[in-house]
Amino acid sequence: MAGQPPSGPPGAADLATVSQAVFRSALDAIAHPGKIVALSAVPEAIGCANPAAVALLMALADSDTPLWIDPTARTTALPDHLRFHCGCPVVDDPALAAFALATDPATCPPLSDFPVGTPEYPDRSATLILQVDQLSAGRGVRLTGPGIETQTSLAASALPPDFWAQVAANNALFPLGIDIFLADDRRIVALPRSVSVEF
Amino acid sequence: MTMPLHTEARAAGYNFAFLDEQTKRALRRALLKAVAIPGYQVPFASREMPMPFGWGTGGIQVTASLIGPDDVLKVIDQGSDDTTNAVSIRKFFRRMTGVRTTERTEEATIVQTRHRVPERALSDDQILVYQVPIPEPLRYLEPRETETRKLHALSEYGLMHVKLYEDIARHGHIATTYAYPVMVGDRYVMDPSPIPKFDNPKMHRMRSLQLFGAGREQRVYAVPPFTSVRSLDFEDHPFAVQTWDQTCALCGAGDSFLDEIVTDDRGGRMFVCSDSDYCSRRRGDGETDPARGAAAE
Repeated sequence: MAGQPPSGPPGAADLATVSQAVFRSALDAIAHPGKIVALSAVPEAIGCANPAAVALLMALADSDTPLWIDPTARTTALPDHLRFHCGCPVVDDPALAAFALATDPATCPPLSDFPVGTPEYPDRSATLILQVDQLSAGRGVRLTGPGIETQTSLAASALPPDFWAQVAANNALFPLGIDIFLADDRRIVALPRSVSVEF
Repeated sequence: MTMPLHTEARAAGYNFAFLDEQTKRALRRALLKAVAIPGYQVPFASREMPMPFGWGTGGIQVTASLIGPDDVLKVIDQGSDDTTNAVSIRKFFRRMTGVRTTERTEEATIVQTRHRVPERALSDDQILVYQVPIPEPLRYLEPRETETRKLHALSEYGLMHVKLYEDIARHGHIATTYAYPVMVGDRYVMDPSPIPKFDNPKMHRMRSLQLFGAGREQRVYAVPPFTSVRSLDFEDHPFAVQTWDQTCALCGAGDSFLDEIVTDDRGGRMFVCSDSDYCSRRRGDGETDPARGAAAE
């Protein structure tokens, strides 16, 4: 009998359309680095992971994507939740991660700890989701690069002092490098490896 | 007069947009990486689709991973909304998603195309999805995938310049007229898919996101908005697009890509716009042409 697809995890009545909406927001963000994109449908916060971060992982992580979670978040219900709903392995070593979630920028490992891909396969690199308190446009660092018409500016509260220097170093590796999503409560901003930063 | 948006009830028994969620997730991850590395071809696990490879399965899988209930889809084949491939793909997505489809370029949120870029400029919130047969621009010059990967890694594109130079040596000009290679973001040489070189300049710093899907070859790649897309050329043989002595026989357009239509067996021919939406709109929604009538589907 023609059946309906299985219903999604808690908070997602229709998994297909919720995942699609989150993905389109992520795609919009990464196609326009520095643009603050509000997620339309977000799940509840889990442990110290905010709704936007949980939404991205629920939409994109699965058994093919080893996930690194920072040690603080690993002691909460988050790893079990993601293992159950996404089936993603949770790894201890950042160098093995396809996705990484840092819930506190202060304790985030150096960006160079995550895989940056290889010259033949630069896509085999990590995507880091970094939680911040508050994203704001119109001030802060200056961003240029593909996806940005002229330039844009972005500020995020409570990032480590050397964070933007690390982003610039990541950009210098292009086409290698990691791709970053900053996530405040329900909004995301992408900093792909292609973005140049001046601060 | 506005043409009605086509809607159809979603067929039961299929996941939304046909593909299963695992497949869509993997493809979505590949697309995010593709946008982060403009012009680089990301491998993905292409699936069997209910049509043969070569009929747009790459573009269809990209569209299936993008599309949501609120999207409006336009599909064109060589610029035309009413050729078999375009009609079939539109119908496929109406059945698999229930989304609305349109022939009007500006109404669509996703435009899937086979081998043309619409004449009307696309906006920031539209996405252009290209169907790609052979994604590797160096493939006919170097058949080994390991070698072409190495060439891209080293940004070593001398082979392509030799190929264009041989065109000049043989024909006196660069004779490549479609799938004309481009340099994306000053880093990767990319196949723009077999669009006429007439469309290459439209890709440069286009406002909308451009995604490319090659189903048989299992590759996706992307050009983000406002990204440099430069057609390869030489200082003494600069890139130039096709021009015509005629204007469109139907709408009189002098700025569009024209198809040559043979009208009889005595050498009769006419030149008409390849972009059917652009042409019919210039003629006032086809009101002046009763043969066209309402959208025949």
